Amino acid sequence: MSAGPEEALLPRGTSYGALVGLVADPLMRRRAGRPWRIAFAVSGMLTLLLAGCTAWLFLRGIGILGNNTAVVWGFPIANYVWWIGIGNAGTFISAALLLTRQPWRAAINRFAEAMTLFAVGIAGLFPILHLGRPHYALWLTPYPNTQGLWPQWRSALVWDFAAIVSYLTFSLMFFYLGLIPDLATLRDRAQSRAGQVIYGVLALGWRGSARHWHLHDTLYRTLAAMALPLVVSVHSVAAMDFSASLMPGWQETIFPPYFVVGALFSGFGMVVVLAALIRWGLGLQAIITPRHFAVMGKVLLAGSLGMALCYGTEWLSAWQAEDRAEREHLRALFTGPYAPLYFAMLGCNLLVPQLLWSGRLRGSIPAVVGVAVVLNIGMWLERVLIIWNTLSHGYLPSMHGVFSPTLWDWLILAGSLGFFAFLMLGFARLLPAVAMHDMGKLLRRQRSGA
Amino acid sequence: MQHFSQSADTLLRFALAAIVLAFGLAVVLLLAWPFTTHATSQGRVVAQPVQFSHAHHVGGLGLDCRYCHDTVQRSRFAGLPPTHTCMTCHSQVWTQAEMLAPVRRSLAENRPLAWKRVHALPDYVFFDHSLHVANGVGCSTCHGAVQTMQQVSQAAPLTMAWCLDCHRNPARWLREEDRVFDMQWTPPPDQAERGRRLLAHYGIRAEHLTDCSRCHR
Repeated sequence: MSAGPEEALLPRGTSYGALVGLVADPLMRRRAGRPWRIAFAVSGMLTLLLAGCTAWLFLRGIGILGNNTAVVWGFPIANYVWWIGIGNAGTFISAALLLTRQPWRAAINRFAEAMTLFAVGIAGLFPILHLGRPHYALWLTPYPNTQGLWPQWRSALVWDFAAIVSYLTFSLMFFYLGLIPDLATLRDRAQSRAGQVIYGVLALGWRGSARHWHLHDTLYRTLAAMALPLVVSVHSVAAMDFSASLMPGWQETIFPPYFVVGALFSGFGMVVVLAALIRWGLGLQAIITPRHFAVMGKVLLAGSLGMALCYGTEWLSAWQAEDRAEREHLRALFTGPYAPLYFAMLGCNLLVPQLLWSGRLRGSIPAVVGVAVVLNIGMWLERVLIIWNTLSHGYLPSMHGVFSPTLWDWLILAGSLGFFAFLMLGFARLLPAVAMHDMGKLLRRQRSGA
Repeated sequence: MQHFSQSADTLLRFALAAIVLAFGLAVVLLLAWPFTTHATSQGRVVAQPVQFSHAHHVGGLGLDCRYCHDTVQRSRFAGLPPTHTCMTCHSQVWTQAEMLAPVRRSLAENRPLAWKRVHALPDYVFFDHSLHVANGVGCSTCHGAVQTMQQVSQAAPLTMAWCLDCHRNPARWLREEDRVFDMQWTPPPDQAERGRRLLAHYGIRAEHLTDCSRCHR
């Protein structure tokens, strides 16, 4: 991936002006096409559906969901873990690939960061949605209050709140910092007065002087170095929501790395799907190339192998633990009420990605996207099953119970997907989906190297 | 092309500073609000059906609290006096006073006076007067100098932090049994030593006073 890889990542004989035009013109010179309008309308309606369901949920209480006294977490927390996993990849791409100087990062980091912001934001909604008294969610924050109380620091939920908030704040800062030079480009290319002023204000007076670039690079790399621990911490802490408990199937030391691998896996899967959509929708075939998909295909394959290792560790430690509850849990995974879903999950996460061993399939965009969609379904099943399996048969046999989702569970899930699409579609029409200045740097490197 | 005037940069900096300041101020106000007397009702006076003066009856005449609040030692609720309690004296003195007309009407119509609660705790708090009184917590510790009040007002903020302030370290306020109803009581100089002794005397296990279920059941 290091010897002359820029060659395949940029169109032959291109110029910076042509690259900028390729990315910025869909925003400034072209009206949105029919597919975008239809998608925007549909996702807008799904967003309204989410708002309506949320309102009804707050009015009627969590009884409308499938959550019961055994499976108290149900869909909302599974959706939360799934969404925050998707939100994991953006910062990984932005930070880790920047620091390791991966040239293929430049074309995909911007929309991956946007994806992270939106996914983490949506993830943050779900823990609030599953509360019986959502207006007390603010009690997770340590603030001077008339109760004379602090949050319960021994609770993983408090750590989780801190992890999400710092991750979201950080991602927003990092995203905006990376946007500033591109906002200035848009300001200079805008044809309407409104565009000039809005992009101009957001660009904070960026002139592209050597001093500006020097400061920008320094800060950006520093933030990237700070981001790396966050990539690991946010999902490790989400894993501690489970592993800090005493429940069979949850109280395992493998959980934090297991969740981080799963998050990178599903996050990259979503990046692949979005890359294909953005490439097609904005006509970016020249800069988001099959090579990008081939590289991300390798990441997906590595993720799948990592997942296999985690599942194997889980089974092995449950088998070796000599603990009746753990073994019961293991048996229930394969023979319990959710066993068909469990096998489907293993197929989606472990078997299907093995197709990517084939170089020919990695070179095919539909194949990589197909695998990515399948594995994201698999990862969603995994999040759901982690909750259902453990909570359905805990230590008390009298409290065993099966979860069956209600219509509202499905509507809220669909609404959250629609809301995500709505935000991504808005982003694609308002901000450059590819980091133009990073592409410019890639171009300069290619020229000086050649 | 120049999109912005020369002062734009200054304006932007000013606007950003203003946004940060406004946001910070809003947060500070939101945080401070629950501590204010607007939220806690501390010092609030409630209009009662009869203008009964504690200053006159307790401070002046020296009535004991328990003369009217007679269930304070055996019930969760301190109790409010039936009209007959008023009439033990007022059938003989001030029998024609305009101020006492509602009391006479209450007796005549056999309808109790609707006294208004001043110290109102939320429904999710279990508070027991008899328990506190029996364990050396005096009336004035929570209700203040009632003997000086023409009209009773809420003496304490009644926030959870205020409850916990004592529950976390009750020794500072414990009294001997014979001082519980003493409205003049102030902690003596050797309260630290006395408090420790009284904790043992009443058998109070202070480490359990902050269990959630102590007040929330």
